[in-house]
Amino acid sequence: MLRYIIRRLLIGVLILVIVCALTFVFFRVLPTGNPALLRAGRDPQPKLIKEIEGVLGLNKPLIVQFWDYMKQFFLHLNLGYSYYSQESVKALITERLPATLSLTVGAAVLWVLGGLSVGIISALRRHTIVDRLSMGSALLLLSVPEFWLGFVFLLLFANDIGKLKILPGAGSYVGLTYDPWKWFTSLIMPWIVLASGGAAVYARLMRSSLSETMREDYIRTARAKGLRERLVVRQGVRSAVNPIVTLLGLEIGVLLGGAILVETVFNIPGIGVENFKAIQSSDFPVVQGTVLLASAFIIVANIVVDIAYAYLDPRVRYS
Amino acid sequence: MSAAEPLLRVEDLRVEFPSEDGVVHAVDGITYQVFPGRTLGIVGESGSGKTVSSLTALGLTRRQGALISGRILFDGQDLLTLSEEKMRAIRGNDIAMIFQDPLSSLHPLYKVGRQLTEAVRAHRDVSKAAARARAVELLGLVGIPDSVRRVDQYPHEFSGGMRQRVMIAMALANEPKLLFADEPTTALDVTVQAQILALMERLQRELGMAIVIITHDLGVVAEMADDIAVMYAGRIVETASAVRLFAAPEHPYTWGLLKSIPRLDAPRDEDLVPIPGTPPSLINPPSGCHFHPRCPYSQPDHERIDPALEPVPEEPQHHVACLLESGVRRSLWAQLREGNTPEQALAAVGPAEPAA
Repeated sequence: MLRYIIRRLLIGVLILVIVCALTFVFFRVLPTGNPALLRAGRDPQPKLIKEIEGVLGLNKPLIVQFWDYMKQFFLHLNLGYSYYSQESVKALITERLPATLSLTVGAAVLWVLGGLSVGIISALRRHTIVDRLSMGSALLLLSVPEFWLGFVFLLLFANDIGKLKILPGAGSYVGLTYDPWKWFTSLIMPWIVLASGGAAVYARLMRSSLSETMREDYIRTARAKGLRERLVVRQGVRSAVNPIVTLLGLEIGVLLGGAILVETVFNIPGIGVENFKAIQSSDFPVVQGTVLLASAFIIVANIVVDIAYAYLDPRVRYS
Repeated sequence: MSAAEPLLRVEDLRVEFPSEDGVVHAVDGITYQVFPGRTLGIVGESGSGKTVSSLTALGLTRRQGALISGRILFDGQDLLTLSEEKMRAIRGNDIAMIFQDPLSSLHPLYKVGRQLTEAVRAHRDVSKAAARARAVELLGLVGIPDSVRRVDQYPHEFSGGMRQRVMIAMALANEPKLLFADEPTTALDVTVQAQILALMERLQRELGMAIVIITHDLGVVAEMADDIAVMYAGRIVETASAVRLFAAPEHPYTWGLLKSIPRLDAPRDEDLVPIPGTPPSLINPPSGCHFHPRCPYSQPDHERIDPALEPVPEEPQHHVACLLESGVRRSLWAQLREGNTPEQALAAVGPAEPAA
């Protein structure tokens, strides 16, 4: 197992390097605007642009820039400095990370618990009104974009612009250590909005997965043993979650993508917003840093999921 | 047959499943009884209703939306009228069941020990430690060596035969009075089959339970059963003691089953005679005698008249549902036993006139 984990981590590092290289290339090839030009002010002299390019290291060949970046990253864990604020990208990320973690971890919990429980209820009450209602709303939540759903929630429940002024609105986020209660209430709407799409997918997956396992022979055996139905269902659920857990690793990427939109709509000072702003202003080091962080997050999540899967399914563990 | 009260008495049991294509008449009015400590073999092709009838006795077809009528008397109470909770208390406790494929019938993600202890704890208020001790004891009882270690293994770490032993151990957890064994050896190697049958016989002697063994394999019932019921298209077409059924079968379908198994003591040049055709649809079963489309001896009026299960003359314990006249049947079987084909037998006996 340890060898497996080490191998996966090494592959993970390789993937990070590739992601980094791709970001480098995309940023140069795609017409995102020359950062030096953007910084040089209105109607700049070509000399000034050249000068700024020199300061930012943009005049070196791409491969050298990449090599310098990699060296800084792996030897000093240095992610460079913002083209605009000169702030260290690492410091920027450290400062913004708690908000994004609060948002995504909470949403992931809500997503999994909500999706699975709705799926279980639907599977056990197939073709009833409860099932149809939950599957109908799941389809709806799947189809609407997060930013739209976010605005709808704000218009309905925010204490400034909402019809029912019951929850703190956009821009109300405070840190967990500053005021836990305000932290919690300010995140309720973002959590729901970010979790809804994934929860809907999970509800539908769990419904079909559980409907399938409840037809298995071992479920018949469990009933033939005289187990109470609650325990029989538990055996079905135990098998049904396995394929869904595997998907969780992949869905982390979807979650992070959604976080950009939700942070923007609810004005949460997280990494997603920062990434969005950086893309708009061609602040390359910040884009690079946030993309690297997100990839690392996804890679680690996938390793964790695979290890968890080995514990969930003894047949995988031994082969 | 024993003069004792039957342990299980199934009376005119009908099980129907509504489906999109029409109502499936899975079990179409069957009656049988099982006596304490004895073994009934139910024989038939796939889809003859043998599994459905036993699942119904355990109350496991209710939630599939089956329409059930008739009576299933067990220990003096009609199981069909019991509440789900009372039925649950009987399942796995007084009546247990083992299934065809032990791999798919065991939960792949739970240790064998856990699956055994939950069977014990479903019916007995014992501590986890006591249930575990019982699980180890049960594995030993069914002949699994090193049971203390094996109890912590998963089903995929067991061989096919060992898995079926685990299934049997699970079924025996609460010392049931009646065990339904649904094709218990079909998924196993031949040598392992014999071991499992021997194990079931030993456990039956030791624990005194009655067994209903459901199979398509006449070899298995010859080995195990005291009495045999032959099912065809949801009905019992013949029932007799095992000795009697193998010596003097009365129903053409039973003849077909007997003639379609290879025998080592028969000459090599004697051909196997398969039963022509395929099992009938249970949605639109054939009219009259359900077997008539496949019966080499059927007469024109057999597609109109529905035969009842009636005692054979001078053999009150031997019942058959056949429209051929008893004397004709005996002559036909005599011909078939000589190794003649159905056509030769029919020619020798002459055009059989049905009893009016």
